[in-house]
Amino acid sequence: MSELTLTKKDFTSDQEVRWCPGCGDYSILSTMQSFLPELGIPREKIVFISGIGCSSRFPYYLETYGMHSIHGRAPAIATGLAVSRPDLSVWVITGDGDALSIGGNHLIHALRRNADLKILLFNNRIYGLTKGQYSPTSEKGKITKSSPYGSLDTPFSPISLALGAEASFVARTVDSDRKHLTETLRAASLHKGSALIEIYQNCPIFNDGAFDPIKDSDTKDDVLLKLEHGQPITSASHGVVSDGRGLLSVKPLSEIDPSQLVIHDANIQDPTYAFALSRLSGSTLEHVPVGVFRDVERAPFSQLIHNQISDVIAKEGKGELASLLTGSDTWQVG
Amino acid sequence: MRVSKPVVMLDQVVIRFAGDSGDGMQLTGDRFTSDTAMLGNDLRTLPNYPAEIRAPQGTVPGVSSFQLHFGDHHIQTPGDAPDVLVVMNPAALKANIADTPRGATIIVDKDEFTTRNLTKVGYATNPIEDGSLDSYKVHALPLTSMTVGALSHLKLTRKEAERSKNMFALGLLSWMYHRPTSLTEDFLTAKFGKKPLILEANLTAYRAGWNYGETTEDFAVSYEVKPAPMDKGLYRNISGNVALSYGLVAAAEIAGVQLFLGSYPITPASDILHELAKLKKFGVITFQAEDEIAGVGAALGASYGGSLGITTTSGPGIALKSEAIGLGVMLELPLVIIDVQRGGPSTGLPTKTEQSDLLQAMYGRNGESPCVVLAPATPSDCFDTAIQACRIALEYRTPVFVLSDGYIANGSEPWLIPSVDSLPEININLATEPNSENGDFLPYLRDKDTLARAFAVPGTKGLEHRIGGVEKADKTGAISYDPANHDFMVRTRAAKVAGVKVPDLVIDDPSDQAEVLILGWGSTFGPISAAVQVLRETGHDVAQAHLRNLNPFPKNLGTVLHSYKRVIVPEMNLGQLARMIRGEYLVDVVGFDQVRGMPFTTEQIVNATLEAFNV
Repeated sequence: MSELTLTKKDFTSDQEVRWCPGCGDYSILSTMQSFLPELGIPREKIVFISGIGCSSRFPYYLETYGMHSIHGRAPAIATGLAVSRPDLSVWVITGDGDALSIGGNHLIHALRRNADLKILLFNNRIYGLTKGQYSPTSEKGKITKSSPYGSLDTPFSPISLALGAEASFVARTVDSDRKHLTETLRAASLHKGSALIEIYQNCPIFNDGAFDPIKDSDTKDDVLLKLEHGQPITSASHGVVSDGRGLLSVKPLSEIDPSQLVIHDANIQDPTYAFALSRLSGSTLEHVPVGVFRDVERAPFSQLIHNQISDVIAKEGKGELASLLTGSDTWQVG
Repeated sequence: MRVSKPVVMLDQVVIRFAGDSGDGMQLTGDRFTSDTAMLGNDLRTLPNYPAEIRAPQGTVPGVSSFQLHFGDHHIQTPGDAPDVLVVMNPAALKANIADTPRGATIIVDKDEFTTRNLTKVGYATNPIEDGSLDSYKVHALPLTSMTVGALSHLKLTRKEAERSKNMFALGLLSWMYHRPTSLTEDFLTAKFGKKPLILEANLTAYRAGWNYGETTEDFAVSYEVKPAPMDKGLYRNISGNVALSYGLVAAAEIAGVQLFLGSYPITPASDILHELAKLKKFGVITFQAEDEIAGVGAALGASYGGSLGITTTSGPGIALKSEAIGLGVMLELPLVIIDVQRGGPSTGLPTKTEQSDLLQAMYGRNGESPCVVLAPATPSDCFDTAIQACRIALEYRTPVFVLSDGYIANGSEPWLIPSVDSLPEININLATEPNSENGDFLPYLRDKDTLARAFAVPGTKGLEHRIGGVEKADKTGAISYDPANHDFMVRTRAAKVAGVKVPDLVIDDPSDQAEVLILGWGSTFGPISAAVQVLRETGHDVAQAHLRNLNPFPKNLGTVLHSYKRVIVPEMNLGQLARMIRGEYLVDVVGFDQVRGMPFTTEQIVNATLEAFNV
C-alpha cells in the first residue's frame, strides 16, 4: 500500500455537528478525527456503526462509511459486518443506555466472541436524548425526571461487566483528556479482536459535573490512578496494594512502602486481577483507575470463522452447486 | 430379496408409522420414503412429533408419527387418513385410531400392550382383544420379542436389542410393499459403520422383519404400487427446509456474493441453520446469534457489507425481529427473512403448522414499512421461492419475507433436480463511482425503472457515506425532518415495493367455464390441488389459482378475482389473505379457515367448496 497522507480534515464530514454546547462528545469527535490518520487505513475501509442516543450521531460527522442503526443493536449489526468483511476496520459508538440497558445482551456476546470491533462506550451516567432519566450507570439514589425520589437501581460498572463477559481488551479514559484518549484509542486499534473503551463523558445539560472529581485540577491528581503496563499504580497521593488473596485496595502513599505497590500487568490471561482493579472505583469516584485494564491475545472471531471455512475447503474441496443439488440419493425417470 | 407370495396391485397407499418419541418413527418413515422415492412412486410426507424432546414414555403426548402417501400417479398431499397404521404401543394406537378409517390395516406390536402400558393411557381392557378393533384388519404381532429373538446371538442386553424393533417393522413394511432393501442396508452401513454391533443388530432386525412377512401366514399377499408418470429427468427427495437452504446457496452463487445467515435456534426453522452450517465449503457463514434480534441485526450488517444477509425464524421470533426489519426498510438494504410459520400466538404450537404470520409480515412494524412477501407452495417450491426472494432483495435493496410453514418445512416430495444453467440471473449492481455531476455519491439516487437506490459497500473508494434509521433526504441520504421530504420518501419506499415485478397469476381451469375459483397461498397448495381434482372428477367445474407473491400481488389478480362468481380462500388462519384481498380489491371472498396445527385434508376443502357452490 502506498503511504497514506490523510489529515484530520479528510475525516471530517460536511455535516453540521449538532450536540449541545459544552457536550463531551465534541472533544471525543475531534480527538477521533485527529487520530484516524494515524491508523494508516484508507477512509473507505473504515466503518463506524452506532445505536441510538446522543453519542450515536457520531458516524454522521466522520468522512468514512457509517451506519446510525437502532437502539442497542450496533454490536450485533457490526458483528455481521466485521465477520463478513474482515478487511474493514469496524468501530462501534454507543452510550451507557444503548450498550448496557437495551443492548446489554449484544454487548456481552460481541465481547465473549472477540468480534473484531472497537467499541467506544460514552458513559455520561444519564439518558440524554430522552431528556434526563437515570441510566444503568447512574449512582443509586440519583434524582432524575423518572426518579424524583431517587433511583433504586444498583449501577453497572461497564469495565467489570466487560471483564465478566470475557473481553480481551478493556480500557477507560476521559473525554477531556485528549492525550490519554488518543493513547487509549491507539492501544485499542492495535488490539486484535474486541476492544471496549469506556469514556467518561460529561453531559452539560442533564448530568453536568458528574465527573468533576476526575476533571478538577484540585482533585484529579489524587483521584486518577494511571494504569501503565509495568509501572506501579498510583495517583499523586495514593497507591494500589494487594492483600495477597487477589483483593486490591487503595492506600495513602504515606502509609505504605513503595515495594508494596502493585505493578500493573495488562497481559495477565486470568481476568481476576483486572476485575479487582475495576472494583476500586465506585459511583463516588474516590479513586478511579484509567488506562488499559486488560489486553490479552485471543483469536478474533472473524479469523476463526474464515479459518474454519478454509479448513473445510482444504479438506472437502470447494463446494459445487450442481453436486449439492443432486445429493446422493437420486433416481432417473425416462 | 424377492417376494414369492401373491401380489395385489394398488394405485396409492397412505401409511402412518406411530410410536413413542424414542421409538425411531421419524427415521423409519424417512427410510421408507427414500426407498419409495427410489422406486419411482410420487409421494408426500407429513412428520408429526411432540414439542417435548422426550415426553413421558408411553403417554399420548409422547407419540411421534410419520405419514407417507405414495402412488402411481401425481400425489398432492400426505393423505387424509392412513390405509395402514403401524403402532408400536397403546399410546400410539390411542393417539391415531380416531384418524384411521374402518377397514384400514393396523399393525400392532402386541408385546407393548401390557396391563401397565394400557393403564397408562386409560385403556381398561386390551383393544386388541376386546373387540373394539373388529372393524379393522388387525395384525397383532410380537414385534419386540421377535426382534429380541432375532438378535439373541448378539452380545446385547434386552433393552439394547429392543431398540431395533423399528427396523423390524420397517423390514416387514418393505416386504409388504416391495421396497428395495439395498438402499436401507447401505444407509445403515453408512450410519453405523463405526459401530459394528449396532449395525449388525439393525441389519439383522431389518432382514428378520422382511423374512417374517415372507414366511408368516399372517400376511397372505403383498402389494405393488407402480411408478408414477413423471417428467423425464433426475430426481431426489427433498424437504422444504433443505430446499430453502439450497435455494439460498444457489442464489448467492449466481449473484456472486457471500451467503451470511444470522439465526437463533427455534423450531421448526432450525433445520435451515443446521443445513447451512454444513455448507462451509460454499463459503457460507452461519452465525448462531445470542437472540433473534442479533440474528437479523448481524444479517443486516453483513448485507451492508455486500453479503446476502439472511435470517431464519419461527413463531415469536418474527416479532422480535420487527424493529431490525424496519431498519432494513429504511436503509434499503437486501435482507431475506425466512419465517417457518407455526401455531401461535406466543409460544403457541411449536411443532405444528399454521399460516398466521401473513399480516405480521405485511404490517407488523412501526410506521409505513413495506416489505416484499413470498410464500412457497410445496417442499420443492421452496428452492425457487428462495431464489426469487434473494433476487428481489439484492436487486431492489429491500427486506423480503419468505413465509414457509411447519408442514412444507418438514414434509418432503420428489424434486426434479434443476440444472445450474437454468437458474435465473441475479445482478446486485453495486455502485462503484460517483453518481452526480459534482462528483458526489448520492446513496438515495434511484434507478428510474426499479426505484432501487444506489448501493455502495464499505471498501468502495471515494463513495464514503453515512446512512441511518432517521428519515433521509431524497438522493443525498442526509438526515431530514422536512415534512414534504418525509411524505415523498414514505411514498417512494411504498412505490418501490409495489413496483417489484412479479409473474402474473396462472389460472388452472380445464373447463374454461368455471364460476368458482379456489385461491390459495403457501402450503395449502397440495390439499387444494387434490380437492380440485376430486371436484372435477365428480363433475364440478372449478378453477384453481395459487399465490406465491403476496406483496406485491400479481398485476392480474384484480381482473382474475372479478371474473368469478365466487372465490374461496382456504387458509390455516382466521382469514388473513381474505382480509387483504377484500381491502385491496373489494371482492367479498369466502374464507375457509382452520387452525388445528395440521394441514387441510382433501375432504375438508372439497366439502367447503361444495357448500360454496350451493350458496
